[in-house]
Amino acid sequence: MGSTRTTGVPTKITQGSRTKGGIGESTLRPDGTLKVTGEFAYSSDMWHEDMLWGQTLRSTVAHAEIVSIDTSEALAQAGVFAVLTYDDLPAEMKNYGLEIQDTPVLAHGKVRHHGEPVALVAADHPETARRAAAKIKIEYRELPLITDEASATAPDAVLVHEGRDDEHSRHVPHPNIVHRQPIIRGDAAEAAKKADVIVRGEYTFGMQDQAFLGPESGLAVPAEDGGVDLYVATQWLHSDLEQIAPVLGLPEEKVRMTLSGVGGAFGGREDISMQIHACLLALRTGKPVKIVYNRFESFFGHVHRHPAKLHYEHGATKDGKLTHMKCRIVLDGGAYASASPAVVGNASSLSVGPYVVENVDIEAIALYTNNPPCGAMRGFGAVQACFAYEAQMDKLAAKLGMDPVELRQLNAMEQGTLLPTGQVVDSPAPVAEILRRVKSRPLPPERQWESSEGADVRQLPGGLSNTTHGEGVVRGVGYAVGIKNVGFSEGFDDYSTAKVRMEVINGEPVATVHTAMAEVGQGGVTVHAQIARTELGVTQVTIHPADTQVGSAGSSSASRQTYVTGGAVKNSCELVREKVLEIGRRKFGTYHPAWATAELLLEGGKVVTDGGEVLGDLVDVLEDESVEVEAEWRHRPTEPFDLRTGQGNGHVQYSFAAHRAVVEVDTELGLVKVIELACAQDVGKALNPLSVLGQIQGGTTQGLGVAVMEEIIVDPKTAKVKNPSFTDYLIPTILDTPTIPVDVLELADEHAPYGLRGIGEAPTLSSTPAVLAAIRNATGLELNKTPVRPEHLTGT
Amino acid sequence: MRVNFTVNGRQQEADDVWEGESLLYVLRERMGLPGSKNACEQGECGSCTVRLDGVPVCSCLVAAGQVEGREVVTVEGLADFAKQREEAHQGGACASGACGTSLQAAQQWKAHGTDSQTGEGTELSPVQQAFIDAGAVQCGFCTPGLLIAADEMLEHNPQPTDADIREALSGNLCRCTGYEKILDAVRLAAARQDRQEEAV
Repeated sequence: MGSTRTTGVPTKITQGSRTKGGIGESTLRPDGTLKVTGEFAYSSDMWHEDMLWGQTLRSTVAHAEIVSIDTSEALAQAGVFAVLTYDDLPAEMKNYGLEIQDTPVLAHGKVRHHGEPVALVAADHPETARRAAAKIKIEYRELPLITDEASATAPDAVLVHEGRDDEHSRHVPHPNIVHRQPIIRGDAAEAAKKADVIVRGEYTFGMQDQAFLGPESGLAVPAEDGGVDLYVATQWLHSDLEQIAPVLGLPEEKVRMTLSGVGGAFGGREDISMQIHACLLALRTGKPVKIVYNRFESFFGHVHRHPAKLHYEHGATKDGKLTHMKCRIVLDGGAYASASPAVVGNASSLSVGPYVVENVDIEAIALYTNNPPCGAMRGFGAVQACFAYEAQMDKLAAKLGMDPVELRQLNAMEQGTLLPTGQVVDSPAPVAEILRRVKSRPLPPERQWESSEGADVRQLPGGLSNTTHGEGVVRGVGYAVGIKNVGFSEGFDDYSTAKVRMEVINGEPVATVHTAMAEVGQGGVTVHAQIARTELGVTQVTIHPADTQVGSAGSSSASRQTYVTGGAVKNSCELVREKVLEIGRRKFGTYHPAWATAELLLEGGKVVTDGGEVLGDLVDVLEDESVEVEAEWRHRPTEPFDLRTGQGNGHVQYSFAAHRAVVEVDTELGLVKVIELACAQDVGKALNPLSVLGQIQGGTTQGLGVAVMEEIIVDPKTAKVKNPSFTDYLIPTILDTPTIPVDVLELADEHAPYGLRGIGEAPTLSSTPAVLAAIRNATGLELNKTPVRPEHLTGT
Repeated sequence: MRVNFTVNGRQQEADDVWEGESLLYVLRERMGLPGSKNACEQGECGSCTVRLDGVPVCSCLVAAGQVEGREVVTVEGLADFAKQREEAHQGGACASGACGTSLQAAQQWKAHGTDSQTGEGTELSPVQQAFIDAGAVQCGFCTPGLLIAADEMLEHNPQPTDADIREALSGNLCRCTGYEKILDAVRLAAARQDRQEEAV
């Protein structure tokens, strides 16, 4: 044992940063090489000898009784091994759902939306399965359609779900309303009388699709014990398991789930898609069954972002102080509840945005309709609200004759502000500062398309379509800021579990981290290795594949995984470290007094004092012993919102981002080119700065998409989806996406591990309203709907 | 039907191919090469991009029978493909644009198998390495198609402007990154290629 001093004095927040590859460094993805060589096994890449292909038959109508199903012709096809309908379901439990078990595994007597699964086929070739499915004869008797609030709550409205007995059914004003959350604070009516200026607006937010690139897919392999092994792409293995096992009639331990490669998620994998169907076919046929949706089916295979209608009223004094806010947010939840209740909670509790408003009268509801089911998508209820309240802030600024950024800064919340729910914002809330940062950034030069050889049309609205050389092109600049909650709210037990082992392998200390966290692309696996290096002072960290052989990690959503599973990994590492130090004290305690008296750390493969003095090598401390800990970890508890007043400490943490959009609009053709979309965001602590940028730029781009191109179009007369393809549902290409300069702030939240803040969703909020504001600035049009289409700009 | 073609330098044969199968399906499900991806199977997303006789194509839109007797390079063979191109053009300038792979070079070229759980120690092409280094990979589902497209662009345009890169990659959708890191990666690969050529 030496007494060499390492450089620098470790403190709690930076401890271990001298172990290479720890937190704060832009370490590279552990799965990067596999992903660039094509060897990374995504769920659609699974293959098993003798496997069959599963196919789902989906309803062609939105709301109908099923009069009859005839599967005989399909079953008679060569190569077909099984055809299943509702009657073949093996267990008493035939429904599933995230919160409310209202979703049938296969339709029972009735379909409630276009594309609802009715029957399943397993065959030896995917085309055989598709053709057999087409031979299943279903007779429908169509029912009246519920498509909006008026039809849902009409006195004679057909009920989308008869006989509801879920916990929300007791307090909603109508059975076609999934959940309602009012928030009342102060006296909005009285405050309105004192307002010098009042602005009102009706806003419409279109239905957005997550459009993750890896389609819903997976492989179910029947096991000898009567159970099943399922390899699948999901956001939360244990939540899937809780929904899958009961409908299979199996105990949870007989359904063993392993996470396969996930090709993006963005909320669209929170709900079950093909998981149960593949298991049913595998258990029925006794053969492995693979299901892979194509893009057409994927549009029916997962829930979407709730389209919303939002009515807002804001008042202010003539010097710009907000007096009150009233709003009513109507979210279309579609045919099944999915995450609608929680989306309602977010939409209502975050409906004022990151502003101080003492008098509010808020109501948010989600409807049951016969439209496609809607649920989780990045931003989760806060996105729709942000689009509306930011439009209102611009409207208010215009009416007051104020600068829109100054108006926002004047009313910006800060640490200590009370939310409309009565909850104190008890960590940094640099709302005014992030606005200042995006505003102070130099604007991109005008007329960048001009060159010595004439106009470079690639830089212009319309691009290579060569629609303008600059004629009719007008620039606009717009700003927006938003607030997103981090983690599951409203009293949910939002824990995660991490198993961490430390041992010596080939003369080197190695840590193994095992969690059930779904790596969906966000880089959680990178961060877990960094945390283990920082806490345990090792270089080598093995990330065990995520499965259900370890406790739940909760969902890869709500910007929560780095906070919660990161927190769990940190906690388990700390427990491992204590055990390792215990071993060290036992073996070497008598050699140096510091073993007993000093605060000890693990750094660079050594046990060191907090002064940096080395006491021993981890290889010598551990020798043949391995230390393993599996532990759950929780953030601060939250509580439900009161059902009448909306009061309650419902949230864990908040995330703030601001954007400045610069657009150029061809006002004659209604074409928009976004030139730059600058973002400033507080991340608390950037555990991996490179990944932080990737999250912010990716989230920003999804917000851009909904601003100018993305919308699932549902025919109001038939409730059928009209554009289920990447030909007709457009997401931004590299040509549609501008440069996205990012300004990252790191103001620590003392309640969170390392001071970090969940970051994935906030940039998706403010991006959309910033682009809309810039287009309004360029055109002078009101533009109260997303996405903005050419006809909205040309009036044709 | 039976289809014979060369994949990543190896002669391959697929039996019992149904006439409606795409090249993508045959690669993924019959040849054990799932690196080319199936994000849309509609020719819109570019995730299935491979090179067919040197030309980037959406393999989901190519019927398997059309590939009879032809040369296909997939992401699994990209590193070796790039290496052989490098060796064939050692010191040669690419500014003329006539720097694709000759048929002879393509025929002589063989892929080396890699069998690694982690991919550690795998030799990568410059554009593959740049995607990792620049943080251009998140979920990675678009990555194989983008790599093939970016590599092909750098082959004939080694010093692309940003507008060139955007134009060349506009057929490849990515939902995670917002494309900024993808641009960084291509710029990085181009810069490294430049430096390498200066050194030669």
